[in-house]
Amino acid sequence: MEPEARQTAIGRRVFLGMAAFAATGVVFGTQIQGWLERNVGPVLARDPTGLLALLPIGRFRIYTVTSDLPSRSRAEYRLHVRGLVERETVLTFDELSALPRTRLRRDFQCVTGWRVPDVEWAGVRLSEVLDRAGVKPEAGAVRFVSFDGAYSESLTLAQARRHDVLVAYELQGSPLSSEHGGPARLYVAPMYGYKSCKWLDTIELTAQVEPGYWEHRGYDVDGWVGHSNHRSDDTTS
Amino acid sequence: MTPPAELERFDRVERLAHWTTAVLFGVLLLTGAALYAGPVSTLVGQRELVRMLHVSAGVALPVPLLVGLAGRWGRRLRRDLRELGRLDDDDRRWLRRSTRAGARLAKFNPGQKLNAAFLGSAMVVMLGTGIVLKWFSLFSLDTRTGATFVHDWVALGIWIAVAGHIALALRDSEALRGMRRGFVSARWARTMRPRWYEAETGEPAERLRAPEPAAPAGSS
Repeated sequence: MEPEARQTAIGRRVFLGMAAFAATGVVFGTQIQGWLERNVGPVLARDPTGLLALLPIGRFRIYTVTSDLPSRSRAEYRLHVRGLVERETVLTFDELSALPRTRLRRDFQCVTGWRVPDVEWAGVRLSEVLDRAGVKPEAGAVRFVSFDGAYSESLTLAQARRHDVLVAYELQGSPLSSEHGGPARLYVAPMYGYKSCKWLDTIELTAQVEPGYWEHRGYDVDGWVGHSNHRSDDTTS
Repeated sequence: MTPPAELERFDRVERLAHWTTAVLFGVLLLTGAALYAGPVSTLVGQRELVRMLHVSAGVALPVPLLVGLAGRWGRRLRRDLRELGRLDDDDRRWLRRSTRAGARLAKFNPGQKLNAAFLGSAMVVMLGTGIVLKWFSLFSLDTRTGATFVHDWVALGIWIAVAGHIALALRDSEALRGMRRGFVSARWARTMRPRWYEAETGEPAERLRAPEPAAPAGSS
């Protein structure tokens, strides 16, 4: 037997080190992740091999609030506009994509910390869709319902009419996939990702803002990037 | 007394615990990559299955080891884990390139010890952060962001550790046989783990080096 005094408890040391790293990471992860997304993310995005893009910096994470990944083809897709409108409207995907097309290139910021730099979206301005149905004067807000059966979101009418709010159907030059909310989703560029309702099914004009899925669970209704949810990210508008 | 041709390195309980844990780690690494990297998750509907597999394997991960440690059957596993947890003077010599040749190792080399310590700790950390990610509604936004951050980076570390562990095992077929069948040749033990050889056989490891034992009579 070796004398006990000469032995190093490497198992305990490694465990304590890992526990300290994990505790620090859980407590300060928001700040560390934010710093990495700002300072390292842009570097990784320029890596020509694409291998560094596998690191957990500057990547989309896929969240669903239901157990299934909702799926609908472009042929099956319908966008309903109803509520306080002059004409209740149902748009097929072809009718939607025949409306004037807009492209936006912005960082995408999630309220849970991750940020994807320079994401290119294409779609139709939400205001185009609203004008097609005709908004009644008593309407003050817009509610969005997902065909996942659970998710909803809202904007004030003024927010909804901004030029950087789209019904998006393309992401990075490709048709919007199911995991990203296809065939069509809401994209609210200046706000955190949870405002950009995926799998958009219904647009309903209402008198007042009705808090959405996450807002019932503590998120801010006005989800401006950098000015809500106790976060200080760089803005994305 | 002639020394045995083979030594028992790992008993049945240890091997069972090792291989069931290995399978669970494999499932976790692959399903985790699928959930994280995306191409698989676009196979609509499969995502939920993958997620369920990942969570089930995660919850099951510590079970083989805990069961192996729990009862009378876990004597050798407990003893080996104690030994894995400590670095001695020979381990420190082995870690320095200049003194490595003079190191007389016991049952495990320092790399194996560090690997065991890292993966064992990582199991605890991944389980803890995984619980936050799975039952996210119970936790604050900041805690979830932090848990995601830790879960991601430790996962990367586990990928590297497991890949290294497999690569090194494949390079040493005798060590691998020790974990597959439970036995290693006395010759391997004598040269690679002299102090373990001495503890097991009561024979000095170096004495046998000079004259190689002749092939058994009548074998040709």
